[in-house]
Amino acid sequence: MFVTPESLLNIITDTSFLFMLALAQMTVILTRGIDLSVAANLAMAGMLTALASRALPDLPIILVILFSTFCGLVLGFLNGALIAGLGIPPIVVTLGTLAVYRGLIFTVAGGQWLTSDDMTPAFLAFPKATFLGISSLVWIAAVVIAAFWFFLNQTRTGRALYAVGGNPVAARYCGIDLAPQQLLVYSIAGTVSGLCGYLWVSRYGIAYVDIAQGYELTIIAACVIGGVSIAGGVGTVSGTLLGALFLGIVVNALPVINVSPFWQMAISGAIILAAVIVNARAERKTGKLILPEARRAAGASK
Amino acid sequence: MNAPSRYDVADHAPRTLSDFLLRWETILIALLIAVVIGNTIISPYFLDIYNLSDATFNFSEKAIIALGMTLLILVRDIDLSVAAIIALASLAMGLAADQGVATPLLILIGLGMGAICGAFNGFLVARIGLPSIVVTIGTMSLFRGLAQVILGDQAITKYPLDFQTLGQGYLIKWPPIPYSFALFLLLAVIFTVVLHKTAFGRKLFAMGNNPVAAQFSGIPVNKIRFWLFVLTGVLSGVAAVLLTARIGSTRPNIALGWELEVITAVILGGVSITGGAGTIPGVVIAVFILGLATFGLSLVNVPGIVISVLLGLLLIVSIAMPIVVRRIMNRKAA
Repeated sequence: MFVTPESLLNIITDTSFLFMLALAQMTVILTRGIDLSVAANLAMAGMLTALASRALPDLPIILVILFSTFCGLVLGFLNGALIAGLGIPPIVVTLGTLAVYRGLIFTVAGGQWLTSDDMTPAFLAFPKATFLGISSLVWIAAVVIAAFWFFLNQTRTGRALYAVGGNPVAARYCGIDLAPQQLLVYSIAGTVSGLCGYLWVSRYGIAYVDIAQGYELTIIAACVIGGVSIAGGVGTVSGTLLGALFLGIVVNALPVINVSPFWQMAISGAIILAAVIVNARAERKTGKLILPEARRAAGASK
Repeated sequence: MNAPSRYDVADHAPRTLSDFLLRWETILIALLIAVVIGNTIISPYFLDIYNLSDATFNFSEKAIIALGMTLLILVRDIDLSVAAIIALASLAMGLAADQGVATPLLILIGLGMGAICGAFNGFLVARIGLPSIVVTIGTMSLFRGLAQVILGDQAITKYPLDFQTLGQGYLIKWPPIPYSFALFLLLAVIFTVVLHKTAFGRKLFAMGNNPVAAQFSGIPVNKIRFWLFVLTGVLSGVAAVLLTARIGSTRPNIALGWELEVITAVILGGVSITGGAGTIPGVVIAVFILGLATFGLSLVNVPGIVISVLLGLLLIVSIAMPIVVRRIMNRKAA
């Protein structure tokens, strides 16, 4: 049996990270940006948190979470400052910081792996703790999702992100400047990555250089499948969640229907392509060549 | 004549010394000299002709792809699937080698696979009109995923000896120039001439600056974009031949993460990610900077992951510096 309440809950729990990170990525993409450094940021925040918790085993769990989130915020703010302050294209900045953050993990940890032996029971137990039968990981994801929905739909700043992405020039004439919005979205992306950093490390009980390696592309894929336009200004919370859920289901369903896990990568690639082709309607806005069309029309009528 | 109004555009602005000093290629050459001097100081083995020729093995393959990527980024496209194309092309050659196919045909198979993958990307981007960054994120998973499906956790290591010579051998014995490096230099010269000295090259710049206007000027924009993807695919195929021959094996994770290194080289080379600006010599110098910096640091046993921090910083700082300098100078002028 594939569909049982239990298996569904499992899928949602497994996909929680993707939900949160995809929403963060979506807010970035809305402003015509992209953040390739989120997974590296997550790994870095997770490693710093694991190190901090090993040094101070008595740290209350809430402070651990805040510490991890704060680390992510700082790293995200750094991206935002470079992008908004200096006007360097987001893909360039985050490509650079992706390498820098990944490498710094190795440097701060001296190349060592922190395993569950290095973590306190409380540190490890938190994401698995349940409330009303649902793990705290899912609860946190739910809160983050609600916050994103409220922010993007009900606040002035959230709507401004759509304006900036839809038409930066018009937005500017309306008094909405791009730079502060950029600073904000990259800080948000960093904050969410930081939060996920602790959760990831404690859920899987390990922190090392390569955790969540390449996950940034899965996150972007979830957004694309969910109908977020890479050209900016288009995307909804519900769409992105569905995109993430879709990927989550594919990953979870393959072993159940006896497909080798080696297929997973190829299938998600095919799904991404299918999703972009279906979503392509919104993207086309180039100039129109009248002559060839007229010629073709004339040819067809003959 | 009236006094020049603000709508008059000078035929060509007077060149000042600061223009020359702030030219991207000048900055890159200074960086390259700094890298060479720095490496010479930290390791006595750096300036050895055999060591330097060894170093070229590690970056020639990426450098060859960077040439194609330069043209793509110039026309506002990007190809994130290049490393995955290497995996698929290497797999095709590996399967053929298992059947006892001879070397010349193996090379053709590698290049052909690259061309097919590139054409697939080009079709989706130029024909169907999808954004290239998304398409190639998808094909990156698809191509490498297919390699993974077929190969599983196995590796193919049965390559003929003369095939392996391609990746490990030297074209000239003294000074020792490997085949891969010689091929890169040859391609770099061809790309420089085509991009900077031909009408076709000017068309690419026009497309990058304003694709719509370029199309209205009679440039077959989408056709060119399609062929640029095919070209980048073929160059990835070339890299696959050289890499597979060099390491003598095919694994699903071959060349993993190379796309980001290639793009880093192109951006460091001064190609604008928003299209329309950049030079091949700039990219070539950037390739040398990245390759020699990596090689010099690994000579003194700096771990690869730490090198990647330094290269990431190099990318950000070298892009940020001219902006900061220009801002300070403007403030002084105002």
